[in-house]
Amino acid sequence: MAHAQTNRALMAGYKAYVAAFFIFLAAPLIAAGSFAFNDSLFPALPWQGFTLDWFFNDTEPKLGMFHDRRLLSGLYYSFVIAAMVAALSVAVGTTNAFLFVRREFPFKTFFYIVMIVPLVIPGVILGISILVLASNVANAVYDRFGVEISLLRPGIFLVVLGQFSFITTITSLVITARLKKFDLSLEEAAFNLGASRARVLWTITLPYLRPAMIASAIVAFLVSFENFNTTLFLVGSESPLTITMYDRMAKVGSTPVLNAVSFVLMVGSGLLALVSVAVQRPDPSGQ
Amino acid sequence: MTTDDAFDLECLGICKDFGAFRAVDDVSFRIPSGTFFSILGPSGCGKTTLMRMIAGFETPTQGDILLKGRSVLSVPPNRRNVKMVFQHLALFPMMDVYENIAYGLRCAGAGKDEIAGRVADVLTRVALPDLARRQIHQLSGGQKQRIAIARCMALNPDVLLLDEPLGALDLKLREAMKIELKLLQHQFDTTFVYITHDQSEALVMSDYVAVMNAGRFEQVGRPEELYHAPKTAFVAGFVGDSNRWSGRALEVRADGIKVETEAGLTVVATAFGDGAISAGDAVEVFVRPEFIAATRPGPDAAAPGGNTHSGTVDSVLFNGANSRVLVRSPNGTMIEADVVVTGGGNDLHEGDPVRLDWPFAQTMCFAAGGA
Amino acid sequence: MTRDAKRLSLILLFAPFALWILLLIVLPHIGMVALSLREKVAPRIYEFGFGNYIDFLNEPIYWNTLLRTASMSLLVTALALLIGFPIAYYIAKIAGRRARGALFLMCLIPLWVSDLIRAFGWILLLRQTGVISSLLVWSGMTDEGIEFLYNDAAVIVGLVYTVILFMIVPLVSTLDGMGDDMIEAGYNLGGGHLTVLRRIIIPYAMPGIVAGCIVTFMLTAGSYLTPILLGGKNSSWFTEQIYNQFITRFNWESGAAFGFLLLAFTSITVWLGLRLSGQSLANTVART
Repeated sequence: MAHAQTNRALMAGYKAYVAAFFIFLAAPLIAAGSFAFNDSLFPALPWQGFTLDWFFNDTEPKLGMFHDRRLLSGLYYSFVIAAMVAALSVAVGTTNAFLFVRREFPFKTFFYIVMIVPLVIPGVILGISILVLASNVANAVYDRFGVEISLLRPGIFLVVLGQFSFITTITSLVITARLKKFDLSLEEAAFNLGASRARVLWTITLPYLRPAMIASAIVAFLVSFENFNTTLFLVGSESPLTITMYDRMAKVGSTPVLNAVSFVLMVGSGLLALVSVAVQRPDPSGQ
Repeated sequence: MTTDDAFDLECLGICKDFGAFRAVDDVSFRIPSGTFFSILGPSGCGKTTLMRMIAGFETPTQGDILLKGRSVLSVPPNRRNVKMVFQHLALFPMMDVYENIAYGLRCAGAGKDEIAGRVADVLTRVALPDLARRQIHQLSGGQKQRIAIARCMALNPDVLLLDEPLGALDLKLREAMKIELKLLQHQFDTTFVYITHDQSEALVMSDYVAVMNAGRFEQVGRPEELYHAPKTAFVAGFVGDSNRWSGRALEVRADGIKVETEAGLTVVATAFGDGAISAGDAVEVFVRPEFIAATRPGPDAAAPGGNTHSGTVDSVLFNGANSRVLVRSPNGTMIEADVVVTGGGNDLHEGDPVRLDWPFAQTMCFAAGGA
Repeated sequence: MTRDAKRLSLILLFAPFALWILLLIVLPHIGMVALSLREKVAPRIYEFGFGNYIDFLNEPIYWNTLLRTASMSLLVTALALLIGFPIAYYIAKIAGRRARGALFLMCLIPLWVSDLIRAFGWILLLRQTGVISSLLVWSGMTDEGIEFLYNDAAVIVGLVYTVILFMIVPLVSTLDGMGDDMIEAGYNLGGGHLTVLRRIIIPYAMPGIVAGCIVTFMLTAGSYLTPILLGGKNSSWFTEQIYNQFITRFNWESGAAFGFLLLAFTSITVWLGLRLSGQSLANTVART
């Protein structure tokens, strides 16, 4: 009995630890989100009462986020960048999945490892190395031909490339994992029933990959949206939201409008995350 | 079966090499229209490769395949009128039953009304008329089986290939599906080519069975021919149960061949197969348990033309109507014999002395190592 | 498909992969290394040389920062493993089926939120006018607000918080694949808690542990926001040096050299980790 009791005590301690961990996880997010509703000029205690001014008020000093030009434009650029990165990286991730699951070629294992490497390169280094190369190319072209390629100067295009360079690893891994589970006899069956190759791809294989493609697009979108390290070096005048917020925090100091933005972002990412979980839910037929 | 086009499917001298390995070796056969034809063999014997060549997923290294008298080697798999039921059925999980069946019709460019008509018709024929809008994962194992067949039959194929489709089902359902498949084949009156490693599936359902081993056809025939008149030792061993002994021919007599087995049992056997046997040859002897009568030792003499041996019951293997005794002969050979276990006082028990009788004619003898 | 068609489609599939790796990974890194080997001898005149690396060695602030970044990153990785393993084990093996999914999702929630917001949350909690300090004053435990921010402990807490999810996720997925029967067999054969943990669970989870450690370490060493926001002016994080060289001083050559040093240093650490644990990149990070 004593043994069972110590076991029970151990288990209770273990559970308390797990609970404490989740409080640790939630605390900063709750802090960041809840001060958005505090009717005060500073995101700090004491609680001054509930307000939605930090979202909707249109006058200083409590300018709400939906009336703050710079924040809104940051949000817009973040959307544009994230959408482009998601589309590109899912497209390349899909071709990579077919390449590594369906094809045999020399040095395949080596190339597979090469595919993973961008994920473990620090984002700062991806940012500066792409910046250096793009600037070198742009300078060389300018010196020789007198043509300025503005695409290769810091700006949205470089930000997209920089984020794409490591996010593609994530999408490739997710889509590859799904394609590996594909039962090839489904394609053969479709073939046997008279479908052409293109039709098999369009009606059987791609629908099968769709959940993984949607989920990885969402992940790509979110990772792009929240990326800071790589973006920092490649950003031009069109700052995405994380950069705008960082500038605001560093230069102006924090006001609850940043909490409002945080709240909106958390709700938005939470919803997207739920969607991605829902589409990836294993279909009962899978078993 | 008089004209050429009476054969739905003909294979002429088919060979298939994978590198240095010959998976299918000079296989030829023709299948008359409307028959249920099985290819029976152990796993790895090349039967799946053969089927994939017929479906067009593999190209033969040598030989020709004819459908309704016409060579189809140059026809890609999606244009051959051979449909296939896959081992795990390969029903499309992202589509419902209706869309699965309509898939091939859509590929063929059929109109909306025609598709609806054909799907309804074929669903009625497999006796599942109400399932059109079910999702695949909502179907039972047997229903999936029938939908997989319906999906193929909607296209009126010349030949339907079935690749061990019962393998994934549990025993009870498998027994029921055997009969059902046979009935479906009658219902559609289409040639079925059925691949299996399970001899009972092949024997129960088929009009003709080809026994395949190591890339070759050992024998093609009606199920009862394979069972009672096997042409090779492999067929005798693979189809049905038997007692199998290796030995040496001592003497070739008018009424049979006298054989001494390795364990020292002497039996008189009848030569089967093509290889001629002379005294001194190594041979394989097969006796099916149901031809061995196990009785309590009595005074009556051995019947003429029969082997008689005595032994002790080592164990009784009770299995209802298929019960057996395992008898140990004085030289240690184990012999299986079918018995009727009634539960009465006459049943044999472990340790009982027993007498075994079986006719020379049912003692199948093959030249060892040959053919 | 004919041979030619097969070859063509292979090339078509290989092209996006090759373009991505070549243009965005290989060439930029070559460019960075090449740039780091240029010395400025006069305005707009450069020479090949190791000057940027020699500068790095001659300036203790630089290599001290790198060493500090390295040791703090290792510490954060170890802490993340120690704190995360019991959580991952609970999620994978102890929680009921329903709770498991929910807990795993809860673990992922911070993953979906930007670094910046997470650091911002910690600032709101830890600074002198922050929540914790205010609560302490309100409860009468101290008279004046306490500054918890701008010290190494704050940086470590923030970093562990930021990266621990990347430790937990691979751990859960490997532990999930381990049959309960294996653990039960371990106990059944007479093993105690510690023996089972040491001889069965940890060896089985090794690929997940290594994967988690690699990602955690790389993310920590390469992080920028968390150390700067939580550590303040004297956080001395190496990425900050890179940023200073590039953006503030506009000395790209030396920035590129620093970048290469960080990459080489982290790569060597990861390589050592893989060698010591007998794992490979393919069976750890690439497992999904």
